[in-house]
Amino acid sequence: MSKPDKNAWSSQLFNDLIEGGVTLFTHVPDSGNAKLIELANSHNQAQTVLLTSEEEGVAVCAGADLVGKRGILCMQSSGVGNCPNFLSLVKGGRFPILMMVSMRGDYGEQNPWQYPMGQAVEPILQAMGVLTFRVEAADDLKPATDAALAAVFSGGHGAALILSQKFLGPKPFPKAAPAPAEGAE
Amino acid sequence: MASPTLDRRDVLAVLFPNPGEYLFVSGLAGSARDAAELTNDGANLFTMAGTMGAAVPMGLGIALAAPEARVAVITGDGEMLMNVGSLATVATLAPKNLSIVCIDNGCHGETGGQPGHTAMNTDLALMAKGAGLASVMTANTADDLAAGAKFLIEAAAPRLLVVRVTDGPPTAYVRDLDPAACRLRFRQAYLGRG
Repeated sequence: MSKPDKNAWSSQLFNDLIEGGVTLFTHVPDSGNAKLIELANSHNQAQTVLLTSEEEGVAVCAGADLVGKRGILCMQSSGVGNCPNFLSLVKGGRFPILMMVSMRGDYGEQNPWQYPMGQAVEPILQAMGVLTFRVEAADDLKPATDAALAAVFSGGHGAALILSQKFLGPKPFPKAAPAPAEGAE
Repeated sequence: MASPTLDRRDVLAVLFPNPGEYLFVSGLAGSARDAAELTNDGANLFTMAGTMGAAVPMGLGIALAAPEARVAVITGDGEMLMNVGSLATVATLAPKNLSIVCIDNGCHGETGGQPGHTAMNTDLALMAKGAGLASVMTANTADDLAAGAKFLIEAAAPRLLVVRVTDGPPTAYVRDLDPAACRLRFRQAYLGRG
C-alpha cells in the first residue's frame, strides 16, 4: 500500500474542518499535523495556537466554546498522556472537545519509547469519555472526520480523529546506525 | 522579600470595581471562591473545582475567540505553576484583551496550607517576564493594589498582576460546582443560547 499524499489529505481534512465551523487550530507540532497547521496559518478565518503542552489545548478549546467558537486540538499520540485531567471538561462539563491524534507506537514503529503511550491512547481517551474514530486508509479520512465533527458539535461529546501509522506511514529509521542518528526520535 | 500583609478577601473588589465589564475564568479552590464572591457567581464567570492549571489557557481561549470582550483570569500560585508553560503560549498569541490576576498566598490553601514554591525561592512575576508577557506587576501593599487596578486597565496586554497575600482563608462563598450547568449559563449569557 502506498503512503497517502500528505498535502492532499491535509487539504481535504482542513477544508472539512473549516466547513464544520472550526476556526481555532491548537497544536503541539508534529509531522502528522504540520501541513494542516500550515494551511490554517495561511487561511484568513483560521487561527493557530502553538501550545507548550497538549493539555493547554483542551482548555483553550473549552474557552473558545464558552463564547461560541469551535476549536481542534492537534497532537502526536505521546501528547494524549498529557491531557486526561483536563479532559474532565468533557464528561463533567459537556464541553465539545475535538482532537486529532497522529499516531506513533502502533504500526511499523521502530522507536521502543513510542509504544507504551501509543498503545495507551485509545484506552485513555475512552476512559475520559472521548470517542475515537480511526483512520487506517485514505478512504477512511472523510467519513471519520464527518463522524467526529458530528459527535462533537452536534452530539456534545468529545471525539478524536486517530490517524494511524498505517495511514501516515511509519517514521523511517536508518537500518543500522553506527552512531546515534541525528534527531531520529 | 517582606512578608505579605494583604487579606485575599479584599483584593478582587479593589481590582475590579465594575466586574460586569469582564468575562472571568477562575481556577479552583480559593481563587474560585473569591471570584464567585466578586460576581455573585455571575454568568460572566466560569469557575473550576478541578482541572488544576486550566484557568490561564481557558482564559486565553476566550480572549482569542471573543476579541471584543475584556477577559480576566483569576488564579493562584499553585495553579499557575502547575501549567506555567501556558504563560509562553499567552505571550506568543499576545491577546490585547487578557489580564491574569494571580493571588499568591505561597501555599496550597485548599489542602491544608502546605507551603508552595513561591514561599521559597520562586518568583512568578519573573517567570512571566521570562515567558514574554507584555506587562507584569507585583502588589504587596494596599497602595500597590490601587496601582494594580490602574495597571489592569492601562498597562499593555497581555498582563499579569501577582498579588501577594497572607495565608488567611478565601471568602466563604458557596458557588455552583456543576461544570455543565455553568458552561450553559455562561454561553446563554454571552451568546443568548446554550
